[in-house]
Amino acid sequence: MSSVPAGVAASSPQRSHWQSVVADVSSDQRAFKGVPWGKPMMWIFLLSDTFIFGSFLISYMTVRMSTTVPWPSPSEVFGLTVFGTSVPLLLIAIMTFVLISSSGTMALAVNYGYRRDRKLTFALLLATALLGATFVCMQAFEWYKLISEGVRPWGNPWGAAQFGSTFFMITGFHGTHVTIGVIFLVIVAMKVRRGDLDAERPGFLTKRRGNYEIVEIMGLYWHFVDLVWVFIFAFFYLW
Amino acid sequence: MDHTDHPDPGLGGGHPPVPHAQGQQHPLGIYFKIWGLLFVLSAASYMVDYYELQGLLRWTLIIVFMLLKAGLIVSVFMHMLWERLALVYAILVPPLLLITLLGIGALEADYTFVSRGLFFAPASEQPATTPSPHK
Repeated sequence: MSSVPAGVAASSPQRSHWQSVVADVSSDQRAFKGVPWGKPMMWIFLLSDTFIFGSFLISYMTVRMSTTVPWPSPSEVFGLTVFGTSVPLLLIAIMTFVLISSSGTMALAVNYGYRRDRKLTFALLLATALLGATFVCMQAFEWYKLISEGVRPWGNPWGAAQFGSTFFMITGFHGTHVTIGVIFLVIVAMKVRRGDLDAERPGFLTKRRGNYEIVEIMGLYWHFVDLVWVFIFAFFYLW
Repeated sequence: MDHTDHPDPGLGGGHPPVPHAQGQQHPLGIYFKIWGLLFVLSAASYMVDYYELQGLLRWTLIIVFMLLKAGLIVSVFMHMLWERLALVYAILVPPLLLITLLGIGALEADYTFVSRGLFFAPASEQPATTPSPHK
């Protein structure tokens, strides 16, 4: 657990929390000393993404709270009929578990990456990508099902017209994020397998040297996608 | 292009590039524990819907499970627990401001609803007679 970056712990005597924040923010050239630059960059990107999804969820909240027509029951809309019995929200529950599993394999991939276990890291990254692709497929099925039942961005057979627009907008944006994540997972996995990170070969886009930090940065993005789903699951599907 | 030869500036002054001395390395056990917890919490929030809990109890449980899951993912899977405090604040404070705004919006929603009901309800009451989506 004591994983304060080595360089930092050595350079400064133990400071109080606030003093460390002040020292970081007022420091010369670098704010987050000892943190690889890629990580704050990814975090800042994720923060801006938080605001995008925040806007979607806030507008969803606004229309849902202010609509004068009943909201369609997600429990029934997203239910599946399995062997003659209808199970509420079944598809969404499976999707949730798939995404959480992929988050777990991603966390393990980061860990094995820093242990420089190339084979296992590659396998775990590939497993993450496959689970992500499964998620996207199930989402495509869900869209297909709803569209064939008559849900449109401007209306649906069961109630408030805004149901369709918020559904397509929120899940569509999330699905896009998952799809992009899967593509990048495959790219990172190939780099790991080829040994680009161990050999510190420059990347094809940035020409930065290969480093296992990119697995962790990839992990940040992937966990964020899972994180957004946690909120969508709670507010859109369960509420 | 001419940046390629610089060593990672993250290593700071004078340190030789020790391979991954600063990576986030934690015992595997904690990941499996959090993974299991996330499964349990997801199952619990699904059960809220499955057993059709309603009203305040439903909303409270949904929010509690959601916040627990989000907290576990951010703090352990995304390693926020072990990051520098300045980074933690830089990332977490803006969303907290957003949530404050959201709370204000939720309080105001009542007012919006009432005024919409006043002006639009008579016209839009008609399609409300077919609420059931499936047979």
